[in-house]
Amino acid sequence: MTAGVFRARHAIGRAVRGIALVAGDGFSARYDLDRIAGVFCRPTHKLVGQSYVGKILVLDTAKGGVATAWMLHEMQSRGVVPLAVVLNSVNPILAQGAALGDVPMLAGFEQDITLAVPSGAEVEVDPSARTLTIIDDQPR
Amino acid sequence: MMRMRLNEDEQEILAGKHGPLPQRALRHQISVGDFFGAADFVPVTQAHIMADTESLGEAGVRYLEELAAYDEGQQRVRIPTITDPRGTDFSKAGMLGQTAAMLDLERRTIAALVKLGVTMTDTCINYQTIQAPIRHEHVAFGDTGVVIYSNSVCGARSNFEGGPSALAAGLTGRTPRYGFHLAQHRRATLHVRVDFAPVSLNDWGALGAVIGRIAGNYWAVPVIEGIEGAPRSDQLKHFGAAMASFGSTALYHVVGLTPEAARLADVAPANLPSHRVTRDDVIGLQRSYHASDTVDVVVFSAPQLSLYELRELADLCDGQRFKVPLLAVTSPQVKPDADRAGYTARIEAAGGNVLAGMCFYQSYAREIAEANGWKSLATNSAKLVNILGGYGYRPMLASMEACVGAAASGTLRLG
Repeated sequence: MTAGVFRARHAIGRAVRGIALVAGDGFSARYDLDRIAGVFCRPTHKLVGQSYVGKILVLDTAKGGVATAWMLHEMQSRGVVPLAVVLNSVNPILAQGAALGDVPMLAGFEQDITLAVPSGAEVEVDPSARTLTIIDDQPR
Repeated sequence: MMRMRLNEDEQEILAGKHGPLPQRALRHQISVGDFFGAADFVPVTQAHIMADTESLGEAGVRYLEELAAYDEGQQRVRIPTITDPRGTDFSKAGMLGQTAAMLDLERRTIAALVKLGVTMTDTCINYQTIQAPIRHEHVAFGDTGVVIYSNSVCGARSNFEGGPSALAAGLTGRTPRYGFHLAQHRRATLHVRVDFAPVSLNDWGALGAVIGRIAGNYWAVPVIEGIEGAPRSDQLKHFGAAMASFGSTALYHVVGLTPEAARLADVAPANLPSHRVTRDDVIGLQRSYHASDTVDVVVFSAPQLSLYELRELADLCDGQRFKVPLLAVTSPQVKPDADRAGYTARIEAAGGNVLAGMCFYQSYAREIAEANGWKSLATNSAKLVNILGGYGYRPMLASMEACVGAAASGTLRLG
């Protein structure tokens, strides 16, 4: 069941389709992830303990420092990487990391994207059209 | 489709007339510039690269080696390009429990960066030790603490430039003109009134942390009123580093203090959302991290310590004998002065260690915790407590004096 198309102001990368992992929380590869195990590990993060590998992360905002610009590239090299990252608000580090690491990214929506997309929904991220499309909103 | 407008020089770079390395760098910059809708490039005078090997990994090191392998004459940076802390102090790697593989990655990274013409300063306090930028100077700095200090205290203009983009800026001598290179993004977006004056560095850091949490994202610019007097560079260093860490904030203004905010109206439109921050907020943030009294390790780092911080630490170490490790991390520029002044000897006589050229959280923090059995960590750096939670530590924030006391007794007592 298709439930909506959401247009972003900022986009980079190739089109992908996958399962959304959604939370109203921030994102920093250094602050939030166990990059070896492929899970969120910051104790206070809303997704703590959950695997991000192969998921389309839908989160609120970029957090923290500059390390993510390298880390997405390193994570991509080992295949322990999100399929795409979608944010309400992005910082330069996430965009730079997406460019180097070949991680599709969308950011900046008219609505709170973390409330618009159900966690577990199948979604398509198409940076060339700057859109996120919900393909099936039933959680997988 | 590329949307950025290129001048003649940039068109030549993109066409490969200056060689494949600047061409590759410019392509990366265009992809980022287009993402943010940059109209064109702006020349920059300095670049500062974060490239610790925990972040780079084998893939990142190979990337640097690939760039460094381009033909001689094509691989040099165009402007002064320096480095953020490394992932080790080679002379102390054994004490930290770092492995030969970690050190090998470090050596390969250094070799590649040197071949690219990068100057290995290994510091996150370059505004105190190398060359502070001046007002309106466009730079490409990587390390959020460096960027927020340069933007706010110096009035310079930089975005957060991650390692790949800062290196690209060094190789092309420019960066996409978006974000804090543009006057319209430097206007305040929220007003914060502070009703007390912090003194200790941990209080300054905690105040920055509280404001960073309120600001909440990179594009938010707090303008702050109520800070009386003239804070010292080290105080604003901890203030900004924590604000950047907790909020991803890159610029703040303090009315009557920072160069762009002589008056509130200089940076703030009318009717900004307003917030009040009290001493209780700052105390509350620090107490929220106080999960236990027992301390396994005491760390002073993030940002690296200035000569004055080491002087204060040396005073506190006199007559002490530490039960748990105490690590004080500074820059390679400050360390020789600390040695000559006797500060290093006094800290190490008490059982502490003074390390140079690294930063604790950029030095395989998870692995060295496992190697040394470190869990509970005391520090006076609000930035460090924010980061280390994700590395499996139980970090606690306290004054330098209380942290030194914890090193001596193994127990942290908050005042």
